[in-house]
Amino acid sequence: MDNAVFIVGVGVLSGIGNNVAECLDALEKGKAGIDKINYLRTNHRDLLPAAEVKLSNDELSVICGLPSTTSRTAMLSMIAAKEAWDNSGVNKLPALRTGFVSASTAGGIDKTEDFFTHFLADKSKGKLRDIINHECGNITNIVAEKLGIKNHISTISTACSSSANAIMYAARLIKNNMLDAVIAGGTDALTRFTLNGFNTLLVLDEQYCKPFDENRRGLNLGEGAGYVVLVSERVASLLKQRPYCALSGYFNANDAYHQTSTSFDGDGPYMAMAGALTMSGLQPKDIDYINLHGTGTQNNDSSEGTAIQRLFHPHYPKMSSTKSFTGHTLGASAGVEAVFSALAIQRGIVYPNLRLDKPMVAFSFAPETTFSKQQDIKHALSNSVGFGGNCSSLIFSKL
Amino acid sequence: MDKLIGDLKEQIAVQLKLKNIKPEDIGDDEPLFGAGLGLDSLDVLELIVLLKQKYKLRVTNPEDGLKVFRSVRAMAEFITANRLQNT
Amino acid sequence: MKTYIRSAVTISPQKTFNNPLFLNELASHNDNRLTCIEPDYSEAIDPKLIRRMSRIIKMSVASALACLKDAGIANPDAIVTGTAYGCLEDTGIFLTNMVQEDEEPVTPVAFVQSTHNTIGAQVALLIKCNRYNNTFVSGGASFENALLDAIMLLTENNTANVLVGGMDEITDMSHIVLNRLGLYKRQPVSSLNLFNTNSKGTVNGEGAAFFLLANNPSPNNLACIDAVATFYKPEDIAEIKQHINSFLVSQHISCNDIDLLISGNNGDVTSDKIYAQVQQLVFNEIPLINYKHLCGEYPTSTAFATWLGANIIKNNNIPAQLNNSNSPKNKINKVLIYNHYQNIYHSLILMSSC
Repeated sequence: MDNAVFIVGVGVLSGIGNNVAECLDALEKGKAGIDKINYLRTNHRDLLPAAEVKLSNDELSVICGLPSTTSRTAMLSMIAAKEAWDNSGVNKLPALRTGFVSASTAGGIDKTEDFFTHFLADKSKGKLRDIINHECGNITNIVAEKLGIKNHISTISTACSSSANAIMYAARLIKNNMLDAVIAGGTDALTRFTLNGFNTLLVLDEQYCKPFDENRRGLNLGEGAGYVVLVSERVASLLKQRPYCALSGYFNANDAYHQTSTSFDGDGPYMAMAGALTMSGLQPKDIDYINLHGTGTQNNDSSEGTAIQRLFHPHYPKMSSTKSFTGHTLGASAGVEAVFSALAIQRGIVYPNLRLDKPMVAFSFAPETTFSKQQDIKHALSNSVGFGGNCSSLIFSKL
Repeated sequence: MDKLIGDLKEQIAVQLKLKNIKPEDIGDDEPLFGAGLGLDSLDVLELIVLLKQKYKLRVTNPEDGLKVFRSVRAMAEFITANRLQNT
Repeated sequence: MKTYIRSAVTISPQKTFNNPLFLNELASHNDNRLTCIEPDYSEAIDPKLIRRMSRIIKMSVASALACLKDAGIANPDAIVTGTAYGCLEDTGIFLTNMVQEDEEPVTPVAFVQSTHNTIGAQVALLIKCNRYNNTFVSGGASFENALLDAIMLLTENNTANVLVGGMDEITDMSHIVLNRLGLYKRQPVSSLNLFNTNSKGTVNGEGAAFFLLANNPSPNNLACIDAVATFYKPEDIAEIKQHINSFLVSQHISCNDIDLLISGNNGDVTSDKIYAQVQQLVFNEIPLINYKHLCGEYPTSTAFATWLGANIIKNNNIPAQLNNSNSPKNKINKVLIYNHYQNIYHSLILMSSC
């Protein structure tokens, strides 16, 4: 098995920018994308802030070339995946076995919601074109077809760790010599289904979220898509530009504690981080930056923080939750944050954790509050924790 | 109060899908969480929805929920007290 | 390195769960909707835990626990599931409540359980399995992706066994919608007569099947899984033929080495033309049996087909009702499943005796 997998392309679309450059600019300037809900038709628009992508469905359609009646989830995915694919230069190489491994939690449910309103009243009503791409898998297919990828198409859905598992699976397909290059990551649009679902769980902040703050009140939802292009060492050597970094470690563990809460001791996140470190052959003190899952909920930040304390004390790296910028993009979050982590290594930057007024008193560490440059980020760790106990960690390393 | 307690037991059994338990077997003062009926944090949220849908009362904080839902009697007392405030 | 099927359990529209006899009698369904024959779950799952579980979760958890028990494994090294629709009933309940209550707070449990990974997560929670846990939602290739993930895991470090499953359910709403999309027969047909109807449309199906795969042999293995392959929207029969031939070459076999083909014919004249052409151009004289008259058509039906194939190999026998005149005469060593779902997802699963 060829052991090295490299990241040679990145693409992202989120509440803070419509591409990599715009997102980086916002991250440097400390400009969060959280605001009153503007695009989604919902009764909660004045109550619950969210980080929507600042484009209507019509505008997304013009950019991505899909009809405006397409699921918003698919359009977000198309834009970010194409950015990554074009950015990588892999699309110009001939005769490669290529794959698309995408992730989503909502899939096409934004259109299903529209269908359902009519269907509930009369089972013969509702436009069939609104229901036909309900499945997460169909969203992936729409984008794969437009990108011309056919050798392997798959979709993963493990709640908030979905994209991390997609990236892991893609890496393993390459290492098992089944594919040469894979676009991997995830997408999720803000939908009434997820907004109301999380609202019912009483975990949403009615103000702007404060991850890892002692007085945090909950999370803000976001939407977006984030993809990386992974290749084998052989394919990387054929490309003109240098890879962003290597994917040097990863691990998938299950907390097995409760359907929605993470264990108090953070066992799941601990096992995921420790497993990724073991795989990469690194010690905790080798990590220079952690991109936290950091949703801003009482439970997550407490559990994730405990796990970090257990594993890293006393050598705490710099860390931050970029969900303070982008909100929680659910199935897309690990993909978006993988892009940010790869860029952190390539550019030597560390992002701030916004609105951190009082660090959590239980811990002797605190996230960064300013953007910094000229950092030597040799290894970055990205965490994801989802419903169902699904915990995944990815480690990216400088070449 | 007795009628309210009786109604609540039926509603709780339905909302939480407690198929193996007869409503009348739930003790008025039996702890709903932990050792008693053994309900969990998701059940707190379900009971919050029940309070809102059936009694138009809001509990916004799950931690308040643990006090309000301590027992069926505690729920009934909460409903009675807050209904009076609303009238 | 071989992949052994140590145990296989399914809840299906046939009497397959807790039945020591292998398809000794076939159940017929007459309303174009093959729903599962379900056990008393209180015997399979702790009654206190069942209360929140929707039908697909109960079907899957019961199958998964029985599969682990049959394999003699309390805690597998990984759990991987594949489902196209996920927990449809919970999705429908939450959507309905959300619309009817006009976005006022409604049952949170339905939302939590609507996430596609709920099944794999529930199994992990019940047996306290902290290991690798993944869920594929790749439409008609969901189960195949789960199998592929499991097979790769078995070649990687510290993974000696994997619990892998495929499942999808029918709900009243989903049946109405899929019917409106023109998938099913216009008139009710008897499922066991499915391949004599000579008309458009198929019948709806559902099921949950779990397998304990291991990378080391044991005395009671059912069969081995040699390889899994999927391909997407082939242009024409020539491309299908090319994929199949590449698959056979990669396994160092030819058609002559296959003792039985389990085919995904589903009773729809248009869809089944593809199988007929492939049969003619590629598989020719290989004995063939169908399976969708037993479980119906649904995206993860190949999980049922895999259960069927594994048991056929183990028993070296095809159940009498499935036999046709073209049955294999000798030992059944290699069984190939070829299926397509709506001519979008095509898959090949090759199994052999251990």
